[in-house]
Amino acid sequence: MSGNHASSPVAAQVRHVEALLEERGLLDPHEIDERIDALAAGGTPANGAALVARAWVDPAFRERLLADGNAAIAELGFSMGGALQEQKLTVMANDADEHHVVVCTLCSCYPIALLGPSPGWYKSEAYRSRVVREPRAVLREFGLELPASTRITVWDASAESRYLVLPRRPEDTEGRSEEELAGLVTRKGLIGTAAV
Amino acid sequence: MTDRFAPGDRVRTRIADPTHHTRLPRYARGARGEVVSTAGHHPLADERARGLASDPRAVYHVRFAASDLFGAGDHAVVVELWEDYLEPDGSPS
Repeated sequence: MSGNHASSPVAAQVRHVEALLEERGLLDPHEIDERIDALAAGGTPANGAALVARAWVDPAFRERLLADGNAAIAELGFSMGGALQEQKLTVMANDADEHHVVVCTLCSCYPIALLGPSPGWYKSEAYRSRVVREPRAVLREFGLELPASTRITVWDASAESRYLVLPRRPEDTEGRSEEELAGLVTRKGLIGTAAV
Repeated sequence: MTDRFAPGDRVRTRIADPTHHTRLPRYARGARGEVVSTAGHHPLADERARGLASDPRAVYHVRFAASDLFGAGDHAVVVELWEDYLEPDGSPS
């Protein structure tokens, strides 16, 4: 039973239980929204972009980010601790030989603290079912044509870890400030459906 | 409790389709792969979803060749899997 639960009997049961809890005064109607807001608080793709820019200008930080994502992002004041427990962050670096792309095939697991709420396409049945099977074709539809020599690795974020892609630094960006570099990084680049 | 697997180990995933919640995606069932790394220790989602007590146990990043999952494709897929979903792959592939 690993399909989409949005309209399943389980989802209906959850809504029913939620209504009963509110009716009996066990749950404040705003409590769930507050928890969701707390989880998403401060989450925006600008956070992920700041991490990438720092990794581009600071090779030692890049190494720390790839070795232990949770410890490294704390250096910039970020945390994966918004949920009930801290989530493990794994960062994968793209290079000429290998390109990484992230999906959650079971639902929509996503590093909200670093990227904000996920885009609609990330949660779509089409993306979730197709990118694990034919990533090269899906990336092409996103406008990303990879050389045949570049291997693709798809990361299925369906369990406890969350993933962030470290894109390759674009050429001709020597001398740009960290802030300018961060401005080049897109949400799609951080998920792996764009080059940067 | 010691981890059952280590990076580099060849593993095979369970085939059974449980009636309860699981985090072993259907496309990765009965497949051969290789443990890339240990991704921490967590209670088993299948047990937590049913309200059962569950001790933390190792979760692994397991890399599969697309051709082993789908019969086609030159890419790789890394899935995070609890050790309960895995058995050693001793047989020749």
